[in-house]
Amino acid sequence: MSDLQREVSELESKSATAARLFDLRRIIGYLFLVYGAIVTIAGINPSEADLAKAEGVHINLWTGIGMLVLGLFFLAWVKLRPTAPPTPDEE
Amino acid sequence: MHYLADGLRLPTNGLDYTILAIYFVVVLGIGFAARRSVKTSLDFFLSGRSMPAWITGLAFVAANLGATELLGMAATGAQYGVAVVHWYWIGAIPAMVFLALVMMPFYYGSKVRSVPEFLLQRFDKSAHLLSSILFAVASILIAGVNLYALGIVVEALLGWPQWVSIVVAGLLVLAYITIGGLSSAIYNEVLQFFVILAALIPITILGLKKVGGWDGLTSSLQQSHGDNFLSAWGGTGIGEANALGANWLTIVLGLGFVLSFGYWTTNFAEVQRALSAKNLSAAQRTPLIAAFPKIFVVFLVMIPGLVAAVLVPKIGTAGSDLTYNDAIPYLMQELLPNGVLGIAVTGLLAAFMAGMAANVSSFNTVFTTDIWAKYVVKDRDDAYYVKFGRLITAIGVLASIGTAFLASSFSNIMGYLQTLFSFFNVPMFVVFIIGMFWKRASMKSGFWGLIAGTVAAMVNYFVIYKQGIVDIPTDQGANFVSAIAGFVAGAVVMVAVTLFTKPKPEAELAGLVYGTRSPGMEELPEKGDDAWYRKPALLGWGAIVLAALCYIPYSF
Repeated sequence: MSDLQREVSELESKSATAARLFDLRRIIGYLFLVYGAIVTIAGINPSEADLAKAEGVHINLWTGIGMLVLGLFFLAWVKLRPTAPPTPDEE
Repeated sequence: MHYLADGLRLPTNGLDYTILAIYFVVVLGIGFAARRSVKTSLDFFLSGRSMPAWITGLAFVAANLGATELLGMAATGAQYGVAVVHWYWIGAIPAMVFLALVMMPFYYGSKVRSVPEFLLQRFDKSAHLLSSILFAVASILIAGVNLYALGIVVEALLGWPQWVSIVVAGLLVLAYITIGGLSSAIYNEVLQFFVILAALIPITILGLKKVGGWDGLTSSLQQSHGDNFLSAWGGTGIGEANALGANWLTIVLGLGFVLSFGYWTTNFAEVQRALSAKNLSAAQRTPLIAAFPKIFVVFLVMIPGLVAAVLVPKIGTAGSDLTYNDAIPYLMQELLPNGVLGIAVTGLLAAFMAGMAANVSSFNTVFTTDIWAKYVVKDRDDAYYVKFGRLITAIGVLASIGTAFLASSFSNIMGYLQTLFSFFNVPMFVVFIIGMFWKRASMKSGFWGLIAGTVAAMVNYFVIYKQGIVDIPTDQGANFVSAIAGFVAGAVVMVAVTLFTKPKPEAELAGLVYGTRSPGMEELPEKGDDAWYRKPALLGWGAIVLAALCYIPYSF
């Protein structure tokens, strides 16, 4: 085994990332729920001008709903497949 | 440089700014939350080699989806039409699959922490130092390009003075990478990926509606720009004239082979994401999981580009205020009401930060582990290098602010970036590919291959093309040819030098060259990695077939 491989293996065994890093899926989930809610509310009763600008499409409403769905998808994923409990520190 | 027209000020309101502010808070929050995970230098620079494949895969594609790429590719669509698909389907997918299936076992298995470190193992110190320095300089330049473009775009869209947005974005990136290291950069890139999609999809849908759907779009463009504008290969026969200034051979060899393989397989800003994966299977799947979104992202930049070409027929010419780069901002202004507009502005800023953060987080790794720890201050304890990595991150961001103005002499930012890549990345690829497949390639040949390739690409671009010795119609076409020249020169010089210098002892090549294995690499596959949808070969060939199928509607 080369020096490099020994050095990296040793660092890997001391590494804290896997054990201590939080679950990103939850952050994405909540952010998109918040964004989805804001944009959906903005789109519930659009002004004539906004509607005309967006070619008559309720774009805020649709985008907001899309973002809510994405947020829910990530939260459901966390629920169904929780992160494995971190392996105890070997120190 | 006239990058964005004045007249593009967006009608943003408090709602849009709320969305942007929430984003900034979350980005910083991820940085602080990731701080706890940094215990060793491996955590800081490579996320402790512990990330799951879906995260590294989406970060891999997001690191490439910087705003200069988005605006530049929409510009390419507005200027050259459907031919922009080449940058995705032939100019990315095959290289990403090659990285995953062929190169990743050597990269990940040899446990190198960076692309230059691989060169140190395979060749010698001169190749290592040269590539480390070239990479460090190039990433600061590119981060600078990103910041400069961001300053101009934000000034045009939101009316902030340039220096405000440069400082705000620069400090934000500085903060979250300094605090949380690569984990924080990668997590933010994944988040950015989804925000960027949420910004581009409404623009594309409303843009299509505005011009009467895909049929309306194609019939207008057929009348105004001709049939070839809507075909990927139309007019690319050798000797035929086309807007791109390249024929099928230079597209396939220059863009599809040399430029794209150089970028995707040896650019550490990309490869770093795969090296941070938790095992070899996850590392191999990283570029493959990225390949599928990459195949379809082209529609989200090409369609806005084409729509802009219909709505503003004179775009990019003297008869219009708008440049090609204005395509996406113009559609944002024309089509998006407040709310979605805030998402789009956030997505655009997110894309700028993604592009910049990828470069900064790879720069600090190369500077610390490859330059500082190997040649300047050696053999200090691990905590010292974590501290130094944080310091150099700050210095790197400040330096990139200083280099921002180098971008100003090119009309199309993509052209500028690709010129850089053709100088730095092309010889890297040739050295890697020969080094990985030819055991005999000598220790010295790596260094001379890098020098010869870089010089040949530069000579071809600045002397032969710019001085008009050979007539190539466009900068893009000249980039493709320069790349091929650099590749050939690098290969010839490597072979020639090898014949006269001594090879690396075979024992030191274990795990670095085709046909050898790293000792200790017999790690057991993780539970679930043998599922069919996690097989690298299936994913890889699936991506290639899908990209080839995508060409069919645009080829006849």
